[in-house]
Amino acid sequence: MSEYDPQPVSQVIEQYEARPEMLVQILHAVVDRLGYVPEQAIRQLADELNLSRADVHGVVSYYHDFRTEPPGRHIVKICQAEACQAMGSRELVAHAESSSGSDVTLEPVYCLGNCACAPSIMVDGKTIGRVDSKRFDRVLARLGGAA
Amino acid sequence: MTAARIYVPRETSAVSVDADEVAVEIARVAKHSGTEIELVRNGSWGASWLEPLVEVEVDGVRIAYGNVGPGDVAGMFADGLVEGGEHARRLGPIQEIPYLIEQDRWTLFRCGLIDPLSVRNFRAAQGFNALEKAFADGPEAVLSAVVESGLRGRGGAGFPTGIKWRTAAETVADQKYIACNADEGDSGTFSDRLLMEGDPMCLIEGMAIAGFATGASKGYIYLRSEYPLTHRILTRAIDAVRDAGWLGDDIQGSGFGFDIEVHLGAGSYVCGEETAMLESLEGRRGIVRAKPPLPAIHGLFGKPTVVNNVITLASVPNIVNLGGDRYASFGVNRSKGTLPFQLSGNIKRGGVVEAAFGITLRELIEGYGAGTASGRPVKAVQVGGPLGAYLPAEQLDIPMDIEAFADIGAMIGHGGIVVFDDTADMAQQARFAMEFCAIESCGKCTPCRIGSTRGVEVIDRIIADQDRDVNYDLLNELCDTMEDASLCAMGGMTPYPVRSILKHFAEDFASQ
Repeated sequence: MSEYDPQPVSQVIEQYEARPEMLVQILHAVVDRLGYVPEQAIRQLADELNLSRADVHGVVSYYHDFRTEPPGRHIVKICQAEACQAMGSRELVAHAESSSGSDVTLEPVYCLGNCACAPSIMVDGKTIGRVDSKRFDRVLARLGGAA
Repeated sequence: MTAARIYVPRETSAVSVDADEVAVEIARVAKHSGTEIELVRNGSWGASWLEPLVEVEVDGVRIAYGNVGPGDVAGMFADGLVEGGEHARRLGPIQEIPYLIEQDRWTLFRCGLIDPLSVRNFRAAQGFNALEKAFADGPEAVLSAVVESGLRGRGGAGFPTGIKWRTAAETVADQKYIACNADEGDSGTFSDRLLMEGDPMCLIEGMAIAGFATGASKGYIYLRSEYPLTHRILTRAIDAVRDAGWLGDDIQGSGFGFDIEVHLGAGSYVCGEETAMLESLEGRRGIVRAKPPLPAIHGLFGKPTVVNNVITLASVPNIVNLGGDRYASFGVNRSKGTLPFQLSGNIKRGGVVEAAFGITLRELIEGYGAGTASGRPVKAVQVGGPLGAYLPAEQLDIPMDIEAFADIGAMIGHGGIVVFDDTADMAQQARFAMEFCAIESCGKCTPCRIGSTRGVEVIDRIIADQDRDVNYDLLNELCDTMEDASLCAMGGMTPYPVRSILKHFAEDFASQ
């Protein structure tokens, strides 16, 4: 396992002037850079923002967006809220689970706000609508390298 | 000949069904054929079922083409797109599409019309007229207009906006805040997003007016992270407005200074509850605070804070422009004005329909929505998000009136309307209501944190036909406890969808 490099997180903290009230925004920036929040980053954030590790851990664990494990090469979120359920998202989830490769991290999401073009998914931050299983397969095939 | 102006929305729903690819293809085909065009990325009109909705301006009239795919573009050019030529996708002038012209577009009137990033477009469509009027008339005139309008919070709770603003205005403090709740988490709701992507400067103007009226110099927009495109549009719009001198110190020489910062949520539904949102804005876990104290007195960082939903704030500029009495002339009873209703789920013509309160659910679903997408009968309609009741087809004639909904144990909330056809398994929807609460509960109060998990278990036992009568009683008692003893609407209203299903669709539990 490679050594933890504190540099990226330090830069993020500096960008937010080490304001502890910006912790949620800071964690977003950490996930943008590293893909997740490593344990070492929690210690570093606590030290540099003058918070307790429990404070930082508490915020990290509270919010769905702050994963603590590295994700696959692509993150595919499938909306599983009511509007998409009414248009077959349960079937889409079953299809996705059986057909996605190991480089894809599947996550549930509860509403992407694209409800009139349901079912919706989000692929690496881009919302895609009117997704049936065929369109799902086409979108994943376009990711390149995905099985 | 001048360049033909072609509009392709930059809005999330349009882009989710390939509007970007359509725009690229239009530029490519135009270049290839030597046709001079001006490509404008506008907001969406809200007719999501027609997206991507492309328009071409011909002699000042905008001709619409619906459901345009990248593969249609070459053919459209060949058929004379720039002259508004006939084509299978052609719908005619945008101003003649019944779905749009029959609406009461009070708040969304610029959505679709303009380039959301152009201050010049915004100004040309009355933008900042209301802020100028506010500066001229003074804070008291603004407060009076908002009180007179009868405007109530559009986030779902329906609290009178004027009273909230007056409370904050009358509280003495060295710093006050306007906190815009853009954590539009209810499933089936997207009107905040439509406004922020189609007319973000309207929200900015509404927030500045709120700041001027209450004495706040700083605004926050708490935007959900599920809206990355909205985030980009909103931050660019704020920068453009600041550059044009309508945000910042001493706005247009008025002596009033106001600025806005956008904060991203992080995937927590409860952060749409105003006090949880304030906690999150302060960088903490989104745990609900006990009220009182009210945020208008003791809010963000302990300072008086007006917390308003996007649509609430965006409704204000026209209230200032046209008068509170004019707004109050729309609507029924204590539900004054208009609401952008959002049609989704199993519906043929999903999208945003801004209409005066009093329109019936049937007019929205069967009129605007043209029934289910599947063509099958409507079985149930969930109104007001995941905490809203499911209404059976027999109740569709109910008027959209906040109190009329409350009277039948339902709520309008933020105006989301999700339609299910007769294949829906309502027992599963009841289970999901409890499951969603278990996933999203902030954990502060026991009825919500524990009750939701127990609720899933009890419903599973009912579905599995274990001691059904005993478990029905248990579920009812559990719902009582959650309603009576939860700290906020999350636990307090999760029983609404569950009970509505027990009442109207009990047979679905027995059919497993």
